[in-house]
Amino acid sequence: MIEFQAVTKRFDDGTVAVDELNLTVDPGRITVFVGPSGCGKTTSLRMINRMIDATSGAILVDGKDVRQSDPPLLRRGIGYVIQQAGLFPHRTVLDNVATVPVLAGWSRAKARKRAAELLETVGLPATMAGRYPAQLSGGQQQRVGVARALAVDPPVLLMDEPFSAVDPVVREDLQNELLRLQGELDKTIVFVTHDIDEAIKLGDKVAVFRTGGILAQYDKPSELLARPADDFVSNFVGRDRGYRALGFLTASGLTVGEIASVQLGDTAGDARRKLSDGWIVVVDERRHPCGWLSADRLSGVDENATVDADLVMSGGSLYDTEHGSLRSALDSALSSPSAHGVAVNGGGELVGSITADEVLRALAAARTSGEVPQ
Amino acid sequence: MNLLTSWLFDPANWSGSTGVPARLVEHLWYTALALVIAVVIGFPLGAMVGHTKRGGFVLVGAANVLRALPTVGVLTLVVLLAGIGLIPPIAALTLLAIPPIMAGAYAGIGAVEPVVVDAARGVGMTEREILFQVEIPNAMPLIFGGVRSAALQVVATATIAAYVGLGGFGRYVFDGLALHDYPQMAGGAILVAVLAVLVELVLTGVQRLVVSPGLRPVRTSGGIQR
Ligand SMILES: Nc1ncnc2c1ncn2[C@@H]1O[C@H](COP(=O)(O)OP(=O)(O)OP(=O)(O)O)[C@@H](O)[C@H]1O
Ligand SMILES: [Mg+2]
Repeated sequence: MIEFQAVTKRFDDGTVAVDELNLTVDPGRITVFVGPSGCGKTTSLRMINRMIDATSGAILVDGKDVRQSDPPLLRRGIGYVIQQAGLFPHRTVLDNVATVPVLAGWSRAKARKRAAELLETVGLPATMAGRYPAQLSGGQQQRVGVARALAVDPPVLLMDEPFSAVDPVVREDLQNELLRLQGELDKTIVFVTHDIDEAIKLGDKVAVFRTGGILAQYDKPSELLARPADDFVSNFVGRDRGYRALGFLTASGLTVGEIASVQLGDTAGDARRKLSDGWIVVVDERRHPCGWLSADRLSGVDENATVDADLVMSGGSLYDTEHGSLRSALDSALSSPSAHGVAVNGGGELVGSITADEVLRALAAARTSGEVPQ
Repeated sequence: MNLLTSWLFDPANWSGSTGVPARLVEHLWYTALALVIAVVIGFPLGAMVGHTKRGGFVLVGAANVLRALPTVGVLTLVVLLAGIGLIPPIAALTLLAIPPIMAGAYAGIGAVEPVVVDAARGVGMTEREILFQVEIPNAMPLIFGGVRSAALQVVATATIAAYVGLGGFGRYVFDGLALHDYPQMAGGAILVAVLAVLVELVLTGVQRLVVSPGLRPVRTSGGIQR
């Protein structure tokens, strides 16, 4: 779909930003370019839509050398999302999204109709359509940026650190949203980031660059973590790579244990009687966990007092038995105040408990069965 | 007080070919003509330099030289070259109006955020589309600032048309001076001042219409911020 053939970029001042890059981006997949600052990620990305022209080598999109296309026309067929969104301040949200269809010659009415659909696709309420960019939060602006890039349904999407200017919570939302969208749209996405966690989370394949614009390794995220090509890559993927690699192991072999629970509204006496190892999980009427009670917490509370939200201690992360990885199972155990991770089913209902020991046992089993490389 | 207003409120001065309405039309005609020519010359120059980011140094230098020219000197020079008529005062007024218009366009377009221009290019706009659909609309507040300040200077200075025998409110000033008719002079001066205020009000109204609401200053509790 996108092919770099011995691509080199040397800027006028002599800086070699990209050095003999050979790389094939798989169609319909997310490919992430990651690496330290100044390693040539942006330059590589911008050569695809000719925002920068390569010094030598060739870039093919769908088998055609990009240099054969007129840059504005080429760019209209490739979605482009940048860090600060780069929305047009003088245009409403709706007209920002309608920009490319209008450039492509659609009638304004048709372009706006398409834009309204896209706002919904990226999860923005229709009431935002008439706002101006200055009236949006950073995360909302970024969503508009994505909608604008998708407007004429281009097969290729280039994204340059699109989520790095928003806070971690919003960033995670946007990442999940991108994965959801990609599940529906199957675009060929090239995504630039300097955050290895983001790369591993989003990438079907990850290209790690080193300073000087040299490709250090190009692999699936699990491979990158399990078999870094050299010291640079292993340092770059970081000290936690063993822990992160757990994220790629399904927790299917894991045994979920019994767990004691009371419902909000039950009495403190009930809770006290059912304590197991001094702890008990509190669930709401839908059986969704809402936290823990301990013997300490209950001491001195009247026998007939009801268990309410004020009494409950907040819990750790939840482990989803249907979609969760070993990493999330381990994290649920480590983050729980009782040392028992809380396991829920796909619908969020309490199903049992998980201990760190159990996770390590499952890991050992996966090792012997060959699922984990030695 | 009477000295200032006796002439102004005399109905005899408000009719005929030398009356206030006729002089107003003349004054506005010189102003509009000079402004239009200045926009036609100064705006494209400022816009091109702002867009290409090349030649800013030359442009600022040229604007400063123009600003330094004494208007009456230019007027006299053009009279010597082209003789009496409409050309000398319009030329002098145009040269007066070009620097603010040119500087407004240059500064406005140059100040459009690079990331916005980059995005415009990235979504596939041609250079022309970038200029007309993104840079000029976003530069409108500064472009209009330049036009307004040019308009004010030209309205005030258009009195010099009378210096070379033409009409406009300047007639009252120069005639009053020649005849030692101070009420008439004062009347002329007041008319120019009132006209300047009205022009400013009208242009402010037009600016509200042409500047996108997305570019208006955001009002916050702490005052007005960009
Ligand atoms: N227009 C330019 N002229 C000269 N050198 C440039 C230019 N643009 C980028 N460079 C240099 O090329 C190298 C690669 O830059 P690039 O922007 O591709 O890095 P990056 O990997 O995207 O970094 P970051 O993570 O900081 O965005 C850097 O050394 C940079 O200084
Ligand atoms: Mg970059």
